[in-house]
Amino acid sequence: MGGRSMAVKSNLTNMVLCLFTTCLVCGAILAGVYALTAAPIAETSAKILRASIGAVLPEEGELSEPQEASLAGQTYEYYTLKQDDEVVAYAVKSTVVGFGGPLTLMVGVTSDGVVYNTSVLAHSETPGLGAKCNTDEKFMAQWKGFDTTEKILSVKKDGGDVDAITASTITSRAYTQAVANAVALAASLKGADEADDADDQDDDDKDEGGEEND
Amino acid sequence: MEILLIIVSAIFVNNIVLAQFLGICPYLGVSNKLSTATGMSLAVCFVITLATLVTYLLNKYLLVAFGLEFLQTIAFILVIAALVQMVEIVLKKVSPSLYQALGIFLPLITTNCAVLGVAINVVTKEFTFGLPSHMLGLGEAVLYAFATSLGYGVAMVLFAGLREHLALCDVPKAFKGVPIALVTVGILAMAFMGFSGIA
Amino acid sequence: MLMTRMMMTKMKEEKKMTKFQLITKGLVKDNPTFVLLLGMCPTLATTTSAINGLSMGLATLFVLVLSNMVISAIAPVVPDKVHIPVYIVVIATFVTLLQLLMQAYVPDIYATLGLFIPLIVVNCIVLGRAEAFASKNSVLDSALDGIGVGIGFTVSLTVLGLVRELLGSLSAFGWKIPGTGDGMLAFVMAPGAFLCLGYLMVLFNKYIAKK
Repeated sequence: MGGRSMAVKSNLTNMVLCLFTTCLVCGAILAGVYALTAAPIAETSAKILRASIGAVLPEEGELSEPQEASLAGQTYEYYTLKQDDEVVAYAVKSTVVGFGGPLTLMVGVTSDGVVYNTSVLAHSETPGLGAKCNTDEKFMAQWKGFDTTEKILSVKKDGGDVDAITASTITSRAYTQAVANAVALAASLKGADEADDADDQDDDDKDEGGEEND
Repeated sequence: MEILLIIVSAIFVNNIVLAQFLGICPYLGVSNKLSTATGMSLAVCFVITLATLVTYLLNKYLLVAFGLEFLQTIAFILVIAALVQMVEIVLKKVSPSLYQALGIFLPLITTNCAVLGVAINVVTKEFTFGLPSHMLGLGEAVLYAFATSLGYGVAMVLFAGLREHLALCDVPKAFKGVPIALVTVGILAMAFMGFSGIA
Repeated sequence: MLMTRMMMTKMKEEKKMTKFQLITKGLVKDNPTFVLLLGMCPTLATTTSAINGLSMGLATLFVLVLSNMVISAIAPVVPDKVHIPVYIVVIATFVTLLQLLMQAYVPDIYATLGLFIPLIVVNCIVLGRAEAFASKNSVLDSALDGIGVGIGFTVSLTVLGLVRELLGSLSAFGWKIPGTGDGMLAFVMAPGAFLCLGYLMVLFNKYIAKK
């Protein structure tokens, strides 16, 4: 070990000065690095989000910025996919309580109520059991093209058409619930869109009526 | 209902030591005797609750308000260190008997990752507790921190009780000390896994 | 500071170490995990697979080396009563730096290791080395010491992760052993972490650290 003598004797001035300088220098360095990495971080997280949305929606079309809507007391973040100025599908971020904690899905729903695909954004399910919702091919494949107008969105045990993961009924139920919430939101969004369109239609009718009166 | 869920979930289901692996060093270090384990648990309980309250306010009204979230780690650890020092000084003046009981554990708590872990968790993670997933409000955050630290106490006291008995057993030489303690915690953790899925 | 004191006594034996010994001592003689029992939280929490263990080890190595170097450089001018807070600020700076870099370039690993990256600040290994070694030695020696201890930590975490991955999911470094099923799931969950580390420590005591 060294012949270096240990530190300076403390007095109030050098203690305060030293702590202050350290904090200032460290803060400045971090601010600099933060400024440098801010752009790559934003880019990376945008890329991840884009990828998760892209996985659950058809490829063609124009993706909207994130929007928010609430249904039954819960607020959802969603994205719309437009083809020729017409909304053809929604991607809804849907969170429910799973077995081990929050289970967050990205659910793609087309405007005619068919689930296009789903993907897991975050989960804390039991490894090897509930966590299979993210890896089990059979479980994941059944969501592709799940037509909610023909099939019932609940697990087979509860009289629905969803094949549960073996030994993980609670996770499967939660997953199904998350999809159902997303489908319900998509339906209400579509309903709202159509109501808007209908309003426009009414306005047009009125205008036309006005013209006739003249 | 939500309050009950927070308490059950923090103490049993997501026990801070047995499921989240926070604060293991002091957990293994001072659980040899039941009395020291109780003292440490009380000190941790006190500091975690207080630190979470302070760091939550600091985060909301200073860091987030001025866009300085990247200073979170550094600010939190400084606040916790200062807080522990302050608690030590105040206790010494105000209640010497409590200081006698908790005093020796206080300096150890600064580097107990449970304190920083809980403080960071409540401001960065979304929780559910039977409601739609949301960031915790101040009241919930403090309650969660308090319940979590109770969970620390439960795990600590249980383990200290086991270890006092373990000390009387004749274990193989290679197992003596920490290895057998780890195996015991493993079995304890397995028992606590039975709570998962409740909340 | 109990830990620090423990390390101080360890350090007395290290007086006449060559540069080579500084780098290799972390592997067996002063292995941070199996001998010094430091940094248990990340050791248990992040070793669900060999790759996770390896990443956590490397993240700690990064902070350890840089903070050791800086602390060794500034130690002579830091008043003794505030040296701990100053060291903590330096360590926290490098941890935040690491957080920002990981978020930007390896977001997957950052998401997996999660909370345990900021918690490197309170990892007793880092502060312990700063206090026991870096504050009294030259910048070069402190860097080597950081590398040595960091490598020891990384190897331990990788081994523990590998064992848990093999037992728990019958795969190694993400490569699934063909034709196998699920493995003993308990080993990737919390109890398995404690049990595995306990038994590995027994093997270490019995066969490797034999005196």
